[in-house]
Amino acid sequence: MEPILVLLHTTDEGALPKAALETLAVAQTLGTYHLAVLGANAAAAAQSVSAGALSVRAIEGDAVAVSRYATDAVAAQALATASGATVILAPCTLRFQRALPGVAARLNGACDTHVVAVDPDLSIHRWYYRQRMEATQSRTARPWFVLIEPGAADPCAAQPGAAAEVLPCAVETRTEVIGYQSPNADQQTIRPDAQLLFVAGAGWTKKQKDGQTHTDEAGSLILNFVQHNKTSLGSSKSLVDLSGEGQAVLPFLTHLHQVGQTGSTPRHRKGLSTCCHGEEPHVVGWRFINERRAINLDAACGWARGKADVLYVADAFEVMRELAKLL
Amino acid sequence: MPYQIIVCGGLAPDPLQTLEPVTTPAGPGLKNELMLPAVFDPWAGHALYEAANLAKNVPGSVIKVVSIAPKAKLQQVMMTVAQKLPFELVPLDGPGGGFTDSASVATALADAIAAIPGLDKSQMLLFGGWESATRGAGVVMQMVGEKLGITEQFLAVDELKVDESGALIIKERVEGGRHQVSKCAAPPAVLAWATGNLPEPSNHPQTGMANMRAMMPALQKAKAAALTSTLSYASVALPAVTRQTKIVKDVPAAQIAQELADWIKQ
Repeated sequence: MEPILVLLHTTDEGALPKAALETLAVAQTLGTYHLAVLGANAAAAAQSVSAGALSVRAIEGDAVAVSRYATDAVAAQALATASGATVILAPCTLRFQRALPGVAARLNGACDTHVVAVDPDLSIHRWYYRQRMEATQSRTARPWFVLIEPGAADPCAAQPGAAAEVLPCAVETRTEVIGYQSPNADQQTIRPDAQLLFVAGAGWTKKQKDGQTHTDEAGSLILNFVQHNKTSLGSSKSLVDLSGEGQAVLPFLTHLHQVGQTGSTPRHRKGLSTCCHGEEPHVVGWRFINERRAINLDAACGWARGKADVLYVADAFEVMRELAKLL
Repeated sequence: MPYQIIVCGGLAPDPLQTLEPVTTPAGPGLKNELMLPAVFDPWAGHALYEAANLAKNVPGSVIKVVSIAPKAKLQQVMMTVAQKLPFELVPLDGPGGGFTDSASVATALADAIAAIPGLDKSQMLLFGGWESATRGAGVVMQMVGEKLGITEQFLAVDELKVDESGALIIKERVEGGRHQVSKCAAPPAVLAWATGNLPEPSNHPQTGMANMRAMMPALQKAKAAALTSTLSYASVALPAVTRQTKIVKDVPAAQIAQELADWIKQ
Protein backbone atom coordinates (compact mmCIF):
# COMPACT_ATOMS: atom_id res chain seq x y z
CA MET A 1 0.00 0.00 0.00
CA GLU A 2 1.27 3.44 -0.87
CA PRO A 3 1.90 5.92 1.96
CA ILE A 4 -1.22 8.06 2.35
CA LEU A 5 -1.48 11.47 3.99
CA VAL A 6 -4.78 12.86 5.18
CA LEU A 7 -4.34 16.63 4.90
CA LEU A 8 -6.94 18.76 6.65
CA HIS A 9 -7.45 22.39 7.53
CA THR A 10 -9.31 24.09 10.33
CA THR A 11 -11.89 26.83 10.11
CA ASP A 12 -10.99 30.39 11.13
CA GLU A 13 -12.37 29.48 14.57
CA GLY A 14 -9.87 26.63 14.92
CA ALA A 15 -12.23 23.68 14.51
CA LEU A 16 -12.22 20.94 11.90
CA PRO A 17 -15.05 21.34 9.37
CA LYS A 18 -17.42 18.45 8.72
CA ALA A 19 -15.71 17.85 5.37
CA ALA A 20 -12.48 17.04 7.24
CA LEU A 21 -14.12 14.20 9.14
CA GLU A 22 -15.66 12.91 5.92
CA THR A 23 -12.23 12.79 4.27
CA LEU A 24 -10.81 11.03 7.31
CA ALA A 25 -13.61 8.48 7.04
CA VAL A 26 -12.64 7.76 3.42
CA ALA A 27 -9.00 7.32 4.42
CA GLN A 28 -9.92 4.87 7.18
CA THR A 29 -11.39 2.53 4.57
CA LEU A 30 -8.04 2.42 2.75
CA GLY A 31 -5.74 1.31 5.58
CA THR A 32 -3.01 3.18 7.42
CA TYR A 33 -2.37 6.87 6.93
CA HIS A 34 -0.41 9.88 8.16
CA LEU A 35 -2.28 12.95 9.37
CA ALA A 36 -1.52 16.65 8.94
CA VAL A 37 -3.55 19.76 9.70
CA LEU A 38 -2.96 23.41 8.84
CA GLY A 39 -4.76 26.50 10.01
CA ALA A 40 -5.76 28.19 13.24
CA ASN A 41 -5.40 25.92 16.27
CA ALA A 42 -4.17 23.15 13.97
CA ALA A 43 -2.13 21.19 16.53
CA ALA A 44 -5.05 20.75 18.91
CA ALA A 45 -7.40 19.96 16.04
CA ALA A 46 -4.97 17.35 14.73
CA GLN A 47 -4.68 15.68 18.12
CA SER A 48 -8.45 15.55 18.43
CA VAL A 49 -8.64 13.10 15.49
CA SER A 50 -5.17 11.52 15.48
CA ALA A 51 -6.02 8.07 16.86
CA GLY A 52 -4.59 5.45 14.53
CA ALA A 53 -2.50 7.84 12.43
CA LEU A 54 1.09 6.78 11.71
CA SER A 55 2.34 10.31 12.25
CA VAL A 56 0.74 13.64 13.13
CA ARG A 57 1.95 17.06 12.00
CA ALA A 58 0.52 20.55 12.06
CA ILE A 59 1.25 24.08 10.92
CA GLU A 60 -0.46 26.89 12.73
CA GLY A 61 0.06 30.56 13.47
CA ASP A 62 -0.74 33.86 11.84
CA ALA A 63 0.47 32.85 8.39
CA VAL A 64 -2.14 30.12 7.99
CA ALA A 65 -4.86 31.46 10.26
CA VAL A 66 -6.80 32.54 7.19
CA SER A 67 -7.32 30.99 3.77
CA ARG A 68 -4.80 32.43 1.31
CA TYR A 69 -3.08 30.75 -1.62
CA ALA A 70 0.51 31.81 -1.00
CA THR A 71 0.63 30.75 2.64
CA ASP A 72 -1.58 27.67 2.34
CA ALA A 73 0.49 26.37 -0.56
CA VAL A 74 3.76 26.63 1.36
CA ALA A 75 2.24 24.99 4.43
CA ALA A 76 0.62 22.17 2.48
CA GLN A 77 3.82 21.54 0.56
CA ALA A 78 5.81 21.32 3.80
CA LEU A 79 3.33 18.93 5.40
CA ALA A 80 3.06 16.72 2.32
CA THR A 81 6.82 16.54 1.90
CA ALA A 82 7.46 15.80 5.60
CA SER A 83 5.01 12.90 5.54
CA GLY A 84 6.68 11.20 2.59
CA ALA A 85 3.24 10.30 1.28
CA THR A 86 2.64 9.72 -2.41
CA VAL A 87 -1.15 9.98 -2.15
CA ILE A 88 -2.67 12.93 -0.29
CA LEU A 89 -6.36 12.86 0.57
CA ALA A 90 -7.89 16.23 1.41
CA PRO A 91 -11.38 17.71 1.58
CA CYS A 92 -12.52 19.54 -1.55
CA THR A 93 -13.25 22.77 0.27
CA LEU A 94 -12.68 26.02 -1.55
CA ARG A 95 -9.61 26.65 0.62
CA PHE A 96 -7.91 23.46 -0.51
CA GLN A 97 -9.33 23.61 -4.00
CA ARG A 98 -7.53 26.92 -4.34
CA ALA A 99 -4.20 25.88 -2.85
CA LEU A 100 -3.54 22.20 -3.50
CA PRO A 101 -3.52 22.13 -7.34
CA GLY A 102 -0.65 24.62 -7.25
CA VAL A 103 1.19 22.48 -4.68
CA ALA A 104 0.77 19.48 -6.97
CA ALA A 105 2.33 21.50 -9.79
CA ARG A 106 5.23 22.55 -7.51
CA LEU A 107 5.93 18.94 -6.65
CA ASN A 108 5.52 17.82 -10.28
CA GLY A 109 2.53 15.74 -9.29
CA ALA A 110 -1.17 15.78 -10.10
CA CYS A 111 -4.42 16.81 -8.47
CA ASP A 112 -7.96 15.54 -8.88
CA THR A 113 -10.93 17.28 -7.32
CA HIS A 114 -14.62 16.56 -6.74
CA VAL A 115 -13.84 12.92 -5.99
CA VAL A 116 -16.93 11.13 -4.69
CA ALA A 117 -15.39 7.72 -3.87
CA VAL A 118 -11.99 6.03 -3.58
CA ASP A 119 -11.65 2.28 -4.12
CA PRO A 120 -9.15 0.17 -2.17
CA ASP A 121 -6.92 -0.04 -5.26
CA LEU A 122 -6.84 3.79 -5.27
CA SER A 123 -9.12 4.15 -8.26
CA ILE A 124 -11.21 7.27 -7.86
CA HIS A 125 -14.70 8.16 -8.99
CA ARG A 126 -15.42 11.68 -10.20
CA TRP A 127 -17.85 13.50 -12.47
CA TYR A 128 -17.26 15.07 -15.86
CA TYR A 129 -19.17 17.56 -17.97
CA ARG A 130 -20.78 19.09 -14.91
CA GLN A 131 -22.19 15.93 -13.34
CA ARG A 132 -23.42 14.51 -16.63
CA MET A 133 -21.17 11.43 -16.57
CA GLU A 134 -19.11 9.64 -13.96
CA ALA A 135 -15.63 8.19 -14.52
CA THR A 136 -13.57 5.67 -12.61
CA GLN A 137 -9.92 6.47 -13.06
CA SER A 138 -6.43 6.09 -11.64
CA ARG A 139 -3.13 7.91 -12.03
CA THR A 140 0.55 7.12 -12.22
CA ALA A 141 1.73 10.64 -11.33
CA ARG A 142 2.93 11.14 -7.77
CA PRO A 143 2.44 12.90 -5.45
CA TRP A 144 -1.25 12.69 -6.18
CA PHE A 145 -3.61 15.06 -4.41
CA VAL A 146 -7.13 13.63 -4.21
CA LEU A 147 -9.75 16.09 -3.01
CA ILE A 148 -12.86 14.44 -1.59
CA GLU A 149 -16.17 16.16 -2.33
CA PRO A 150 -18.00 17.29 0.82
CA GLY A 151 -21.00 15.07 1.47
CA ALA A 152 -19.53 12.08 -0.38
CA ALA A 153 -19.06 10.06 2.82
CA ASP A 154 -20.43 9.97 6.33
CA PRO A 155 -18.13 11.77 8.78
CA CYS A 156 -16.12 9.57 11.14
CA ALA A 157 -16.22 10.01 14.89
CA ALA A 158 -13.33 12.07 16.22
CA GLN A 159 -10.90 9.92 18.25
CA PRO A 160 -8.06 11.78 19.99
CA GLY A 161 -4.57 10.33 19.86
CA ALA A 162 -0.94 11.41 19.72
CA ALA A 163 0.08 15.05 19.85
CA ALA A 164 1.12 16.75 16.63
CA GLU A 165 4.62 17.74 15.68
CA VAL A 166 4.33 21.44 14.82
CA LEU A 167 6.33 22.53 11.77
CA PRO A 168 7.41 26.11 11.08
CA CYS A 169 6.03 28.07 8.16
CA ALA A 170 7.34 31.36 6.82
CA VAL A 171 6.48 32.92 3.50
CA GLU A 172 6.28 36.38 2.00
CA THR A 173 3.07 37.32 0.30
CA ARG A 174 1.60 40.42 -1.29
CA THR A 175 -1.91 39.42 -0.28
CA GLU A 176 -3.71 40.46 2.88
CA VAL A 177 -7.06 38.92 3.75
CA ILE A 178 -9.38 41.75 4.79
CA GLY A 179 -12.39 39.76 5.91
CA TYR A 180 -15.69 38.32 4.79
CA GLN A 181 -18.86 39.71 3.31
CA SER A 182 -22.04 37.83 4.01
CA PRO A 183 -25.71 38.67 4.32
CA ASN A 184 -27.14 39.27 7.78
CA ALA A 185 -28.36 36.11 9.49
CA ASP A 186 -31.99 37.04 8.86
CA GLN A 187 -31.27 37.71 5.18
CA GLN A 188 -29.25 34.58 4.60
CA THR A 189 -30.67 32.49 1.77
CA ILE A 190 -27.83 30.02 1.11
CA ARG A 191 -27.73 27.37 3.80
CA PRO A 192 -25.56 24.37 2.93
CA ASP A 193 -26.87 22.40 5.91
CA ALA A 194 -30.58 22.90 5.12
CA GLN A 195 -32.74 19.84 4.47
CA LEU A 196 -34.59 21.50 1.59
CA LEU A 197 -33.40 23.44 -1.43
CA PHE A 198 -36.06 25.77 -2.84
CA VAL A 199 -35.32 26.77 -6.42
CA ALA A 200 -36.99 29.65 -8.23
CA GLY A 201 -37.20 29.81 -12.00
CA ALA A 202 -37.86 32.62 -14.45
CA GLY A 203 -41.59 31.87 -14.48
CA TRP A 204 -41.97 33.90 -11.29
CA THR A 205 -41.26 37.04 -13.29
CA LYS A 206 -43.54 36.33 -16.25
CA LYS A 207 -47.02 37.70 -16.88
CA GLN A 208 -49.65 35.86 -14.87
CA LYS A 209 -53.32 35.07 -15.60
CA ASP A 210 -54.32 38.73 -15.32
CA GLY A 211 -51.76 39.74 -17.92
CA GLN A 212 -49.57 41.49 -15.36
CA THR A 213 -46.27 40.58 -13.73
CA HIS A 214 -46.27 40.21 -9.94
CA THR A 215 -42.60 40.24 -9.06
CA ASP A 216 -43.12 41.95 -5.69
CA GLU A 217 -45.50 39.24 -4.57
CA ALA A 218 -43.21 36.58 -6.04
CA GLY A 219 -40.29 37.94 -4.04
CA SER A 220 -42.37 38.10 -0.89
CA LEU A 221 -43.70 34.52 -1.29
CA ILE A 222 -40.25 33.11 -1.98
CA LEU A 223 -38.42 34.97 0.77
CA ASN A 224 -41.10 34.29 3.37
CA PHE A 225 -41.00 30.59 2.59
CA VAL A 226 -37.19 30.43 2.63
CA GLN A 227 -36.78 32.46 5.83
CA HIS A 228 -39.63 30.82 7.71
CA ASN A 229 -38.63 27.25 6.87
CA LYS A 230 -34.85 27.86 6.91
CA THR A 231 -34.43 26.34 3.48
CA SER A 232 -31.63 27.11 1.08
CA LEU A 233 -32.53 29.19 -1.98
CA GLY A 234 -31.37 28.43 -5.49
CA SER A 235 -32.16 29.88 -8.87
CA SER A 236 -32.14 28.97 -12.53
CA LYS A 237 -29.61 30.77 -14.71
CA SER A 238 -32.24 32.62 -16.68
CA LEU A 239 -33.59 34.25 -13.54
CA VAL A 240 -30.26 35.52 -12.22
CA ASP A 241 -29.30 36.67 -15.69
CA LEU A 242 -32.42 38.86 -15.71
CA SER A 243 -31.20 40.46 -12.47
CA GLY A 244 -27.71 40.96 -13.92
CA GLU A 245 -29.14 42.71 -16.94
CA GLY A 246 -30.55 45.40 -14.71
CA GLN A 247 -34.17 44.29 -14.73
CA ALA A 248 -35.89 44.81 -11.39
CA VAL A 249 -36.74 41.19 -10.73
CA LEU A 250 -36.15 39.33 -7.49
CA PRO A 251 -33.13 41.47 -6.59
CA PHE A 252 -32.11 39.17 -3.73
CA LEU A 253 -31.04 36.53 -6.25
CA THR A 254 -27.43 36.62 -7.41
CA HIS A 255 -25.15 34.30 -9.32
CA LEU A 256 -24.28 32.72 -5.96
CA HIS A 257 -27.76 31.19 -6.01
CA GLN A 258 -27.44 29.73 -9.48
CA VAL A 259 -27.83 25.95 -9.65
CA GLY A 260 -26.76 24.05 -12.75
CA GLN A 261 -24.28 23.90 -15.59
CA THR A 262 -22.72 27.26 -14.77
CA GLY A 263 -23.78 27.36 -11.15
CA SER A 264 -23.40 25.21 -8.08
CA THR A 265 -24.22 21.58 -7.41
CA PRO A 266 -25.60 21.74 -3.88
CA ARG A 267 -26.26 18.75 -1.64
CA HIS A 268 -29.62 18.67 0.11
CA ARG A 269 -31.94 15.83 0.97
CA LYS A 270 -34.91 17.44 -0.76
CA GLY A 271 -35.39 19.93 -3.55
CA LEU A 272 -38.49 21.87 -4.62
CA SER A 273 -38.36 23.56 -8.00
CA THR A 274 -40.86 26.25 -8.86
CA CYS A 275 -41.49 27.92 -12.22
CA CYS A 276 -38.44 26.26 -13.73
CA HIS A 277 -38.57 24.04 -16.81
CA GLY A 278 -36.07 21.43 -15.70
CA GLU A 279 -33.89 21.58 -18.77
CA GLU A 280 -30.65 19.62 -18.70
CA PRO A 281 -28.23 22.53 -18.09
CA HIS A 282 -30.17 23.39 -14.94
CA VAL A 283 -30.86 19.86 -13.78
CA VAL A 284 -27.18 18.86 -13.81
CA GLY A 285 -26.93 20.99 -10.68
CA TRP A 286 -29.54 18.74 -9.02
CA ARG A 287 -27.40 15.64 -9.34
CA PHE A 288 -26.98 15.29 -5.58
CA ILE A 289 -30.51 16.27 -4.54
CA ASN A 290 -32.13 13.04 -3.39
CA GLU A 291 -35.88 13.78 -3.38
CA ARG A 292 -37.12 16.15 -6.06
CA ARG A 293 -40.47 17.80 -6.59
CA ALA A 294 -41.41 20.50 -9.06
CA ILE A 295 -44.27 22.91 -9.66
CA ASN A 296 -44.79 24.00 -13.24
CA LEU A 297 -47.72 24.99 -15.45
CA ASP A 298 -46.37 22.85 -18.30
CA ALA A 299 -46.98 19.10 -17.92
CA ALA A 300 -44.48 18.42 -20.71
CA CYS A 301 -41.59 20.36 -19.19
CA GLY A 302 -38.17 18.84 -18.64
CA TRP A 303 -38.97 17.76 -15.08
CA ALA A 304 -41.53 15.28 -16.44
CA ARG A 305 -38.80 13.41 -18.31
CA GLY A 306 -37.67 11.27 -15.41
CA LYS A 307 -35.90 14.05 -13.53
CA ALA A 308 -38.35 14.81 -10.70
CA ASP A 309 -40.15 12.37 -8.41
CA VAL A 310 -43.34 14.42 -8.51
CA LEU A 311 -44.34 17.15 -10.94
CA TYR A 312 -47.29 19.28 -9.84
CA VAL A 313 -48.94 20.93 -12.83
CA ALA A 314 -50.16 24.03 -11.07
CA ASP A 315 -49.74 27.76 -10.56
CA ALA A 316 -46.80 28.23 -8.20
CA PHE A 317 -48.24 31.51 -6.90
CA GLU A 318 -51.41 29.74 -5.75
CA VAL A 319 -49.57 26.75 -4.29
CA MET A 320 -47.06 28.88 -2.41
CA ARG A 321 -49.83 31.10 -1.00
CA GLU A 322 -51.52 27.99 0.35
CA LEU A 323 -48.25 26.53 1.56
CA ALA A 324 -47.50 29.72 3.49
CA LYS A 325 -50.68 29.12 5.50
CA LEU A 326 -49.64 25.59 6.39
CA LEU A 327 -45.97 26.02 7.31
CA MET B 1 -0.09 51.15 -15.19
CA PRO B 2 -1.87 49.24 -17.92
CA TYR B 3 -2.33 45.53 -17.42
CA GLN B 4 -1.40 42.64 -19.64
CA ILE B 5 -4.41 40.40 -19.19
CA ILE B 6 -4.05 36.80 -20.29
CA VAL B 7 -7.34 34.88 -20.41
CA CYS B 8 -7.17 31.09 -20.59
CA GLY B 9 -10.28 29.46 -21.95
CA GLY B 10 -11.28 26.36 -23.81
CA LEU B 11 -14.39 25.19 -25.61
CA ALA B 12 -17.32 23.19 -24.27
CA PRO B 13 -20.21 21.43 -25.98
CA ASP B 14 -23.29 23.61 -26.20
CA PRO B 15 -25.03 22.99 -22.85
CA LEU B 16 -28.28 21.97 -24.55
CA GLN B 17 -26.64 19.06 -26.39
CA THR B 18 -27.14 15.49 -25.26
CA LEU B 19 -23.78 14.00 -24.32
CA GLU B 20 -22.86 10.35 -24.46
CA PRO B 21 -19.44 8.92 -23.61
CA VAL B 22 -17.65 6.60 -26.03
CA THR B 23 -14.30 4.84 -25.96
CA THR B 24 -11.80 6.02 -28.58
CA PRO B 25 -8.24 4.85 -29.28
CA ALA B 26 -7.06 7.90 -27.32
CA GLY B 27 -9.27 7.14 -24.32
CA PRO B 28 -12.74 8.33 -23.44
CA GLY B 29 -14.48 10.89 -25.60
CA LEU B 30 -17.92 12.07 -26.58
CA LYS B 31 -20.08 10.46 -29.22
CA ASN B 32 -19.93 12.57 -32.39
CA GLU B 33 -17.62 14.95 -30.54
CA LEU B 34 -16.44 16.80 -33.64
CA MET B 35 -20.02 17.31 -34.80
CA LEU B 36 -21.28 18.76 -31.52
CA PRO B 37 -21.75 22.53 -31.61
CA ALA B 38 -19.34 24.21 -29.23
CA VAL B 39 -19.33 27.38 -27.19
CA PHE B 40 -16.57 29.28 -25.41
CA ASP B 41 -16.42 27.74 -21.96
CA PRO B 42 -18.96 29.62 -19.79
CA TRP B 43 -16.67 30.39 -16.84
CA ALA B 44 -13.83 31.42 -19.13
CA GLY B 45 -16.39 33.63 -20.85
CA HIS B 46 -17.08 35.42 -17.57
CA ALA B 47 -13.33 35.88 -17.12
CA LEU B 48 -13.12 37.37 -20.60
CA TYR B 49 -15.97 39.81 -19.96
CA GLU B 50 -14.33 40.89 -16.70
CA ALA B 51 -11.05 41.33 -18.57
CA ALA B 52 -12.80 43.55 -21.09
CA ASN B 53 -14.32 45.63 -18.33
CA LEU B 54 -10.95 46.07 -16.60
CA ALA B 55 -9.19 46.90 -19.87
CA LYS B 56 -11.83 49.53 -20.62
CA ASN B 57 -11.24 51.17 -17.24
CA VAL B 58 -7.44 51.02 -17.39
CA PRO B 59 -6.43 52.48 -20.76
CA GLY B 60 -3.54 50.80 -22.50
CA SER B 61 -4.36 47.36 -21.12
CA VAL B 62 -4.33 44.52 -23.60
CA ILE B 63 -6.13 41.17 -23.60
CA LYS B 64 -4.78 37.95 -25.05
CA VAL B 65 -6.85 34.77 -25.07
CA VAL B 66 -4.89 31.51 -24.90
CA SER B 67 -6.89 28.45 -25.89
CA ILE B 68 -6.28 24.78 -26.61
CA ALA B 69 -8.86 23.30 -28.97
CA PRO B 70 -9.18 21.72 -32.39
CA LYS B 71 -8.42 24.76 -34.49
CA ALA B 72 -11.32 24.35 -36.92
CA LYS B 73 -13.72 24.38 -33.99
CA LEU B 74 -11.89 27.26 -32.36
CA GLN B 75 -12.27 29.27 -35.53
CA GLN B 76 -16.03 28.64 -35.57
CA VAL B 77 -16.47 29.70 -31.95
CA MET B 78 -14.24 32.76 -32.32
CA MET B 79 -16.48 34.05 -35.10
CA THR B 80 -18.98 34.76 -32.32
CA VAL B 81 -16.72 35.60 -29.36
CA ALA B 82 -14.60 37.98 -31.42
CA GLN B 83 -17.60 40.25 -31.95
CA LYS B 84 -17.90 41.04 -28.26
CA LEU B 85 -14.62 42.74 -27.39
CA PRO B 86 -11.16 43.39 -28.81
CA PHE B 87 -8.53 40.77 -28.00
CA GLU B 88 -5.68 38.83 -29.53
CA LEU B 89 -5.93 35.05 -29.85
CA VAL B 90 -3.04 32.73 -29.00
CA PRO B 91 -4.35 29.38 -30.26
CA LEU B 92 -2.96 25.92 -29.62
CA ASP B 93 -4.23 23.11 -31.81
CA GLY B 94 -5.15 20.14 -29.65
CA PRO B 95 -7.94 18.12 -28.12
CA GLY B 96 -10.44 20.23 -26.24
CA GLY B 97 -12.53 17.59 -24.49
CA GLY B 98 -12.94 17.10 -20.78
CA PHE B 99 -10.93 13.89 -20.57
CA THR B 100 -7.56 15.50 -21.25
CA ASP B 101 -5.15 15.57 -18.31
CA SER B 102 -5.31 18.84 -16.42
CA ALA B 103 -1.58 18.83 -15.57
CA SER B 104 -0.63 18.43 -19.21
CA VAL B 105 -3.08 21.13 -20.32
CA ALA B 106 -1.62 23.48 -17.70
CA THR B 107 1.91 22.85 -18.94
CA ALA B 108 0.91 23.55 -22.54
CA LEU B 109 -0.89 26.77 -21.56
CA ALA B 110 2.01 27.95 -19.40
CA ASP B 111 4.51 27.29 -22.18
CA ALA B 112 2.36 29.20 -24.67
CA ILE B 113 2.02 32.17 -22.29
CA ALA B 114 5.72 32.23 -21.49
CA ALA B 115 6.44 32.36 -25.24
CA ILE B 116 4.28 35.45 -25.88
CA PRO B 117 6.69 38.10 -27.21
CA GLY B 118 7.15 41.18 -25.04
CA LEU B 119 5.06 39.94 -22.15
CA ASP B 120 5.68 42.08 -19.05
CA LYS B 121 5.04 39.62 -16.24
CA SER B 122 5.14 42.35 -13.59
CA GLN B 123 1.89 43.76 -15.01
CA MET B 124 0.31 40.44 -15.86
CA LEU B 125 -3.10 39.34 -14.66
CA LEU B 126 -3.78 35.72 -15.52
CA PHE B 127 -7.52 35.18 -15.89
CA GLY B 128 -9.52 32.04 -16.55
CA GLY B 129 -12.59 30.18 -15.45
CA TRP B 130 -12.79 28.76 -11.96
CA GLU B 131 -13.75 25.43 -13.48
CA SER B 132 -14.58 24.34 -16.99
CA ALA B 133 -17.87 22.92 -18.19
CA THR B 134 -15.96 19.86 -19.42
CA ARG B 135 -13.42 18.47 -16.95
CA GLY B 136 -14.82 20.67 -14.18
CA ALA B 137 -11.74 20.18 -11.99
CA GLY B 138 -10.89 23.76 -11.08
CA VAL B 139 -7.14 23.05 -11.02
CA VAL B 140 -5.68 24.27 -14.31
CA MET B 141 -5.37 27.97 -13.50
CA GLN B 142 -3.45 27.33 -10.26
CA MET B 143 -1.10 24.99 -12.08
CA VAL B 144 -0.50 27.48 -14.89
CA GLY B 145 0.17 30.16 -12.28
CA GLU B 146 2.69 27.97 -10.47
CA LYS B 147 4.48 27.10 -13.69
CA LEU B 148 4.78 30.83 -14.42
CA GLY B 149 5.97 31.55 -10.88
CA ILE B 150 2.88 33.48 -9.79
CA THR B 151 2.09 32.81 -6.13
CA GLU B 152 -0.72 35.31 -5.57
CA GLN B 153 -3.75 33.35 -6.68
CA PHE B 154 -7.50 33.66 -6.22
CA LEU B 155 -10.22 31.12 -6.94
CA ALA B 156 -13.94 31.55 -7.57
CA VAL B 157 -13.58 35.30 -7.98
CA ASP B 158 -16.75 37.36 -8.30
CA GLU B 159 -15.32 40.88 -8.20
CA LEU B 160 -12.06 42.73 -8.87
CA LYS B 161 -11.53 46.39 -8.10
CA VAL B 162 -8.36 48.46 -8.25
CA ASP B 163 -7.95 50.99 -5.44
CA GLU B 164 -6.22 54.34 -5.64
CA SER B 165 -2.85 52.79 -4.72
CA GLY B 166 -3.13 50.26 -7.54
CA ALA B 167 -3.81 47.36 -5.18
CA LEU B 168 -6.25 44.69 -6.31
CA ILE B 169 -9.31 44.22 -4.10
CA ILE B 170 -10.69 40.77 -4.80
CA LYS B 171 -13.84 38.97 -3.70
CA GLU B 172 -13.68 35.18 -3.76
CA ARG B 173 -16.55 32.82 -3.05
CA VAL B 174 -16.24 30.73 0.07
CA GLU B 175 -18.61 28.21 1.59
CA GLY B 176 -22.01 29.26 2.84
CA GLY B 177 -22.85 31.95 0.30
CA ARG B 178 -20.16 34.31 1.57
CA HIS B 179 -17.30 36.20 -0.06
CA GLN B 180 -13.75 36.44 1.24
CA VAL B 181 -12.25 39.86 0.53
CA SER B 182 -8.50 40.13 -0.05
CA LYS B 183 -6.11 42.90 -1.00
CA CYS B 184 -3.24 42.03 -3.32
CA ALA B 185 -0.66 44.82 -3.42
CA ALA B 186 0.16 44.50 -7.11
CA PRO B 187 0.25 42.17 -10.11
CA PRO B 188 1.15 39.55 -11.16
CA ALA B 189 -1.78 37.50 -9.94
CA VAL B 190 -3.96 34.62 -11.03
CA LEU B 191 -7.72 35.14 -10.90
CA ALA B 192 -9.88 32.11 -11.64
CA TRP B 193 -13.35 33.56 -12.08
CA ALA B 194 -16.74 32.38 -10.98
CA THR B 195 -19.57 34.19 -12.72
CA GLY B 196 -18.78 37.76 -11.67
CA ASN B 197 -21.67 40.14 -12.11
CA LEU B 198 -21.31 41.41 -15.65
CA PRO B 199 -23.76 40.60 -18.44
CA GLU B 200 -22.51 39.18 -21.73
CA PRO B 201 -21.32 42.04 -23.95
CA SER B 202 -23.40 42.70 -27.01
CA ASN B 203 -22.05 41.94 -30.48
CA HIS B 204 -20.17 44.55 -32.49
CA PRO B 205 -19.60 43.27 -36.03
CA GLN B 206 -16.81 45.80 -36.65
CA THR B 207 -14.92 44.60 -33.60
CA GLY B 208 -15.42 41.07 -34.87
CA MET B 209 -14.00 41.87 -38.27
CA ALA B 210 -10.99 43.64 -36.77
CA ASN B 211 -10.33 40.73 -34.41
CA MET B 212 -10.69 38.09 -37.10
CA ARG B 213 -8.14 39.81 -39.34
CA ALA B 214 -5.46 38.94 -36.78
CA MET B 215 -7.02 35.69 -35.62
CA MET B 216 -7.13 33.92 -38.95
CA PRO B 217 -3.35 34.02 -39.51
CA ALA B 218 -2.81 33.06 -35.86
CA LEU B 219 -5.12 30.07 -36.26
CA GLN B 220 -3.33 28.98 -39.43
CA LYS B 221 -0.02 29.05 -37.58
CA ALA B 222 -1.38 27.44 -34.40
CA LYS B 223 1.14 25.03 -32.94
CA ALA B 224 0.06 21.55 -31.99
CA ALA B 225 -0.30 21.08 -28.25
CA ALA B 226 1.32 17.76 -27.44
CA LEU B 227 -0.68 16.63 -24.44
CA THR B 228 0.40 13.65 -22.38
CA SER B 229 -1.48 11.94 -19.59
CA THR B 230 -0.82 10.14 -16.34
CA LEU B 231 -4.50 9.24 -16.16
CA SER B 232 -6.09 5.95 -17.04
CA TYR B 233 -9.82 5.48 -17.22
CA ALA B 234 -11.47 2.23 -16.14
CA SER B 235 -14.91 3.43 -17.16
CA VAL B 236 -16.93 6.48 -18.10
CA ALA B 237 -20.70 6.17 -17.94
CA LEU B 238 -23.88 8.19 -17.78
CA PRO B 239 -25.68 8.06 -14.45
CA ALA B 240 -28.17 5.24 -14.68
CA VAL B 241 -30.86 6.69 -12.46
CA THR B 242 -34.03 7.79 -14.21
CA ARG B 243 -36.91 8.72 -11.95
CA GLN B 244 -40.45 7.53 -12.44
CA THR B 245 -42.03 10.96 -12.43
CA LYS B 246 -45.53 11.11 -10.98
CA ILE B 247 -47.44 13.89 -12.71
CA VAL B 248 -50.14 15.50 -10.58
CA LYS B 249 -52.57 17.71 -12.48
CA ASP B 250 -56.08 19.11 -12.09
CA VAL B 251 -55.67 19.12 -8.33
CA PRO B 252 -56.56 22.20 -6.22
CA ALA B 253 -53.65 24.30 -5.05
CA ALA B 254 -54.63 23.77 -1.42
CA GLN B 255 -54.37 20.00 -1.82
CA ILE B 256 -50.96 20.27 -3.48
CA ALA B 257 -49.81 22.58 -0.72
CA GLN B 258 -50.93 20.09 1.93
CA GLU B 259 -49.04 17.29 0.17
CA LEU B 260 -45.93 19.46 -0.06
CA ALA B 261 -46.22 20.50 3.58
CA ASP B 262 -46.39 16.86 4.66
CA TRP B 263 -43.39 16.04 2.49
CA ILE B 264 -41.34 18.95 3.81
CA LYS B 265 -42.09 18.00 7.42
CA GLN B 266 -41.05 14.35 6.93
